[in-house]
Amino acid sequence: MSEQMVKEKPERAVIVPKQNHVLEVKDLSIYYGNKQAVHHVNMDIEKNAVTALIGPSGCGKSTFLRNINRMNDLIPSARAEGEILYEGLNILGGNINVVSLRREIGMVFQKPNPFPKSIYANITHALKYAGERNKAVLDEIVEESLTKAALWDEVKDRLHSSALSLSGGQQQRLCIARTLAMKPAVLLLDEPASALDPISNAKIEELITGLKREYSIIIVTHNMQQALRVSDRTAFFLNGELVEYGQTEQIFTSPKKQKTEDYINGKFG
Amino acid sequence: MINNRENMSVSERLISSRQNRQLDEVRGRMIVTACALIMIAASVAITIFLGVKGLQSFLVNGVSPIEFLTSLNWNPTDSDPKYGVLPFIFGSFAVTILSALIAAPLGIAGAIFMTEIAPNWGKKVLQPVIELLVGIPSVVYGFIGLTVLVPFIAQFKSSGTGHSLLAGTIVLSVMILPTITSISADAMASLPKSLREGSYALGATRWQTIRKVLVPAAFPTLMTAVVLGMARAFGEALAVQMVIGNTRVLPESPFDTAGTLTTIITLNMGHTTYGSVENNTLWSMGLVLLVMSFLFILLIRYLSSRRKV
Repeated sequence: MSEQMVKEKPERAVIVPKQNHVLEVKDLSIYYGNKQAVHHVNMDIEKNAVTALIGPSGCGKSTFLRNINRMNDLIPSARAEGEILYEGLNILGGNINVVSLRREIGMVFQKPNPFPKSIYANITHALKYAGERNKAVLDEIVEESLTKAALWDEVKDRLHSSALSLSGGQQQRLCIARTLAMKPAVLLLDEPASALDPISNAKIEELITGLKREYSIIIVTHNMQQALRVSDRTAFFLNGELVEYGQTEQIFTSPKKQKTEDYINGKFG
Repeated sequence: MINNRENMSVSERLISSRQNRQLDEVRGRMIVTACALIMIAASVAITIFLGVKGLQSFLVNGVSPIEFLTSLNWNPTDSDPKYGVLPFIFGSFAVTILSALIAAPLGIAGAIFMTEIAPNWGKKVLQPVIELLVGIPSVVYGFIGLTVLVPFIAQFKSSGTGHSLLAGTIVLSVMILPTITSISADAMASLPKSLREGSYALGATRWQTIRKVLVPAAFPTLMTAVVLGMARAFGEALAVQMVIGNTRVLPESPFDTAGTLTTIITLNMGHTTYGSVENNTLWSMGLVLLVMSFLFILLIRYLSSRRKV
């Protein structure tokens, strides 16, 4: 056993070479006022893989996810301690430009939240913030990101109609597309399919599997079948603590912790 | 009465009849309906009365409606009386639009400050300020305008007092500011949180989020706020009358005196004889005000129907 491994927390069963980590979470604790929502989490996120965060409601997994692109900054009482290293840089630091950070670490939410604008404008919206004005480039990115989000064929003839005229599943894929348009390195998905019907759900899962070639994806899900289907690695959170983290197959077939096994077998949650 | 299943058949128990409808239920319903009917009757009665009185000058006294609406000459006491109210219609629109131009940016900006920039203390400070502004009676606004604003404006004029369209506009814009601010703040606050998050998550700054996402999403309601403010400005009489000068000529600049429909009505209703031509033309002006307020309501309805989120 190498020295490094001794220092690691016992949860980290699988050690992957460091260059394959897009994010390294070190001793992360998150508080809402005096209440601690996440306790001392250590976790490496693999590049070009899908990492699933599972656990019962209120276990801190969404809080954890929202801290990765500093969305918790919008909640005045929220406060984080510890480090999240993104390509070696601590993104929790006060010197971080969160606007630039969120362009590299994009996020899609549980409920589809398209802007009340056209489909086209939903995608170009954030690109314009970033300073892209060239119509030809914008057109190209719109097609590319809608194609990646498996929505292009359904909407290519009505790009200028309102995004609110789309179905829920289409709206969610539009939200994924507009995030992809920013060319992020990491994609955070906060229960992206839980508000959708089974068919849309299946489409989103298929999409996630396809996207991991280009992006590192972290997905919070309540649906354990979904975690099993789409993810490479799974982390089980309980009461704000990371109970177990490892290869998805191992977590679901031979969990090392009794609590993980109980949760997976539906004994609580 | 409760569940007397043994002695009664199912049809006796469940089919409604006059006896089993409780008296309380009927009484409550009657009271509420009566109140609603009184309200409806009152507004219908006022509308009909104003319609009848307002049309008398045209139908009975033979004033030409075209002259009434398009002539610049208002001189009802002359031996050859003239009944053109265009200067007052213009005056009403001028103070309304100008005060909206001042109050709308201030009010909407205040609302954004309250909801987006400093939601913690901004609301704590601005909310009481707004309530205070609402509570000040219009005669006090007019008095302050007369005491402070009119002499101040006089300094910039070569002759005469500072009574002017500008003074009326400024007084009105302060008066409609709370309406616009509070409705705009409600509009901004009721936007779904997901819309903000969606924008921030894409790497938008706060200003970009406000300007490109939140304000466009709330736009129809913000416009409703402005139109409601304008409706109030259009109908305000007392405060405007105290500072605008109440002249019967078309103002050439904001520094000139002017008159509005409401100020001319309040000014002249006391000293004209009921039933006289001049008195009847004042009623016609009231009818014009009523028609305008209907138009404002239609505009608000239209804007509300365009609400997207």
